[in-house]
Amino acid sequence: MAADQDRWQLLLFPDAASSVAGSVDILFWTMVVVCGLIVVLVFTLLLVLSVRYRAGARVDRTPSPKLFNNRWLEIGWTLPVLAGFLVFFGWGAALYVDIFDPPARDGEDVRQINVIGKQWMWKFQHPEGIREINDLHLPVGQTVELRLTSQDVIHSFFVPAFRIKQDVLPQRYTRLRFTPVKTGRFDLFCAEYCGLSHSGMVGKVVVMAPERFQAWLQRRDRGESPAREGERLFRQYGCSGCHGAASRVNAPDLTGLYGKPVPLESGETVTADAQYLRDSVMFPSRQVAAGYPDIMPSFKDQISEEDLLKLLAYLQSLDESSRADAPRQKETDAP
Amino acid sequence: MIRDVRTGPAPRHHYLNAGHGLASWFLTKDHKRIAWLYFVSITGFFFLGGLAATLIRLELITPNGDLLSSDAYNRLFSLHGIVMVWFFLIPSIPTTFGNFLLPLMVGARDLAFPRLNLLSWYVYIIGGLFTLIAAVAGGIDTGWTFYTPYSTLFANGAVLAAATGVFIVGFSSILTGINFIVTVHTMRAPGLTWFRLPLFVWAQYATSLVMVLATPVLSVTLVLLAVERVFGVGIFDPSLGGDPVLFEHLFWFYSHPAVYIMILPAMGVVSEVVSCFAHKRIFGYRVMAFSILAIALFGFLVWGHHMFVSGQSIYAGVAFSLLSFLVSVPSAIKIFNWLATLYKGHVRFDAPMLFAMSFLGLFLIGGLTGVFVATLALDVQMHDTYFVVAHFHYIMVGGAVSAYMAALHFWWPKITGRLYPEMWARVSAIIVFAGFNLTFFPQYILGWAGMPRRYHAYVEDFQLLNVFSSAGASMLAVGYLLPLIYLLWSLRYGAHASANPWNARGLEWTVPSPPPEENFERPPRVEHEAYAYDTDA
Repeated sequence: MAADQDRWQLLLFPDAASSVAGSVDILFWTMVVVCGLIVVLVFTLLLVLSVRYRAGARVDRTPSPKLFNNRWLEIGWTLPVLAGFLVFFGWGAALYVDIFDPPARDGEDVRQINVIGKQWMWKFQHPEGIREINDLHLPVGQTVELRLTSQDVIHSFFVPAFRIKQDVLPQRYTRLRFTPVKTGRFDLFCAEYCGLSHSGMVGKVVVMAPERFQAWLQRRDRGESPAREGERLFRQYGCSGCHGAASRVNAPDLTGLYGKPVPLESGETVTADAQYLRDSVMFPSRQVAAGYPDIMPSFKDQISEEDLLKLLAYLQSLDESSRADAPRQKETDAP
Repeated sequence: MIRDVRTGPAPRHHYLNAGHGLASWFLTKDHKRIAWLYFVSITGFFFLGGLAATLIRLELITPNGDLLSSDAYNRLFSLHGIVMVWFFLIPSIPTTFGNFLLPLMVGARDLAFPRLNLLSWYVYIIGGLFTLIAAVAGGIDTGWTFYTPYSTLFANGAVLAAATGVFIVGFSSILTGINFIVTVHTMRAPGLTWFRLPLFVWAQYATSLVMVLATPVLSVTLVLLAVERVFGVGIFDPSLGGDPVLFEHLFWFYSHPAVYIMILPAMGVVSEVVSCFAHKRIFGYRVMAFSILAIALFGFLVWGHHMFVSGQSIYAGVAFSLLSFLVSVPSAIKIFNWLATLYKGHVRFDAPMLFAMSFLGLFLIGGLTGVFVATLALDVQMHDTYFVVAHFHYIMVGGAVSAYMAALHFWWPKITGRLYPEMWARVSAIIVFAGFNLTFFPQYILGWAGMPRRYHAYVEDFQLLNVFSSAGASMLAVGYLLPLIYLLWSLRYGAHASANPWNARGLEWTVPSPPPEENFERPPRVEHEAYAYDTDA
């Protein structure tokens, strides 16, 4: 019996394990109560009116012309509905903006994790270099920022206990920022249908107390940080031949570029965010920086998503001060 | 007293005995016979889609995917969606009751373009054949949404055949829409002003506008999809420089208005039925007519609410959320007006009314949960979960199909000249209502708890509610098979219906049941609107 009770508890009040989950739940239950009352009202009116005025019942049916063509009655039930809806709209919108475009807080220690979705698994890389498949270990209380991309089709990163979801797109970076506030193992689902084993593209987000997380980090084979690996790849792919400090080729210097405005040949200005840098590697002719010849070769089909993310981590590390505070909107708007 | 007027002698000559043999059906230009061609074909597709749903619900009784392979499961839900959306729900009320009733309701001999009407059925059937071929040739596993780049680069199966089927059937919608628009504009009987039209006609008119304006976008999108899949031209595929989110925009620019193609005719039906069985003028006629138009118009501006977590700009999301809230206001107005119609009426609880009351209740719940998913922060949790599945089934099945069943029983005596067995019909209405709620209400809870849709296997915590849902689905199957049996029975054994068995006021009830081939002996003059119930009540 107790187990049954737990099960219902879990379904109606699923774990609220991120910093936003509690606020989402308050909005949800408020709407359940308000809409539930409307359902009760309408069902009651439907039953009472249809039974009371059933054919053959002896009730007063003297015509009430005043009521019948009453504009105020129509307005009277339209306005409260409209007002109620606007309240819910505003409340939901404010919370949504808060989830997807959280105000940058100075000095906040954000844990940046690279996420690649592919048919049918999740691949993660921690800033320390640790890789995981399908499971993601996180310390409780620390804000996490995921940089997500897909190797094939559209996936969607969904952790119900965190009340967050973000589609994961091929050739595109999306990001998702959240703060786990409870320890435990939480389901991770792919929410966007992605083919044969879509329902097998699941994992667990394991949220641990900070000291246990540190112990977990120690136990794992760390490898090198993505930025360090990126530095190596920067030479290996020949990027440094043109973009390196000693290069004689007329190519933009990439030091301190991340997050800065870039004037383009076309006269526009874009922000050198993750998406722009990525596109410059894959489709270099699309947005050529002003003053430089369009001579860079495309690396499409020659560089893996993992390597691209590492290169990006390296470029980002060239100017630590601008880390993770580039305006988010630019990134999700692209391309 | 009312019971006595239900039966009457059968007319000697009517459209059903006006011709015999296959050619009299397959080459007919009579809108009433073309309606029958549609009746038979959409019923076939309905039970095909229902069979797929049955297998899906059987699979989901257990958390492990053990009855079907993942591949078979994915193909089944794709077939279910494609068949139910394009080959049942979208054509359902317009092509059957719209076809049959529109000329009768406006006092005309036929639709404006009878040949075009027959052509649109053939176009529908050819589209249907392509889809059936796709299903037989291994099926497709893209879902009814065809999202790229999965559908263009990764899906194996008869994607092109299925997309061609959907592309072709779109032209059937467009042709029907044009026919209805022209008919309403040009063929109204003398005295039948716009504000004397039954709300059913208003609903068909608004639906036709949406069909004509939205369907071409789907056609174009499917052509682009085919061009990419066949010729490798980069439109949606990002590795070719395309944008998969563009496909989502184009797809929903059609497919959201398509929801209104399904629900507006249903609202028209419910207005007729509630008014007739309350024996009362519809409350707030003009408000009802304008709210139909408002829904049709606003329906075009809300497509982005399918994409709140797609990576589109979050501020675009805010705008789409606001517009989605606004589109629900006219729907709310309609619910209150239907309720107010009951006040001081003479309410009878015949099967059409029971189905219409089901519509009211289920559409209300579907509409209010639509408000949940229009709320941005909540949609983040609910998007692509069973909450959404439950929401749109409440609208499309609880709403549109209940209204279709109401229409089927309400106009059955007119269409066939026979009365259906009332007791069995009421039993069916009650089974459908109970079975529907048992099937789909648990899915709201599943979605809130986080169960994603299109999952062949799921985590164990979700099993109990899935068992409820599957149990409800079996009730639903009984509730939908029952009418198939007793309606067919009544074709042969039902009592002959009188011209106006429900004591209704619409123009279609002034002609014999079934109507003569030419509909009206002489063109009617209309002196009052279709809801003149208060004159003798």
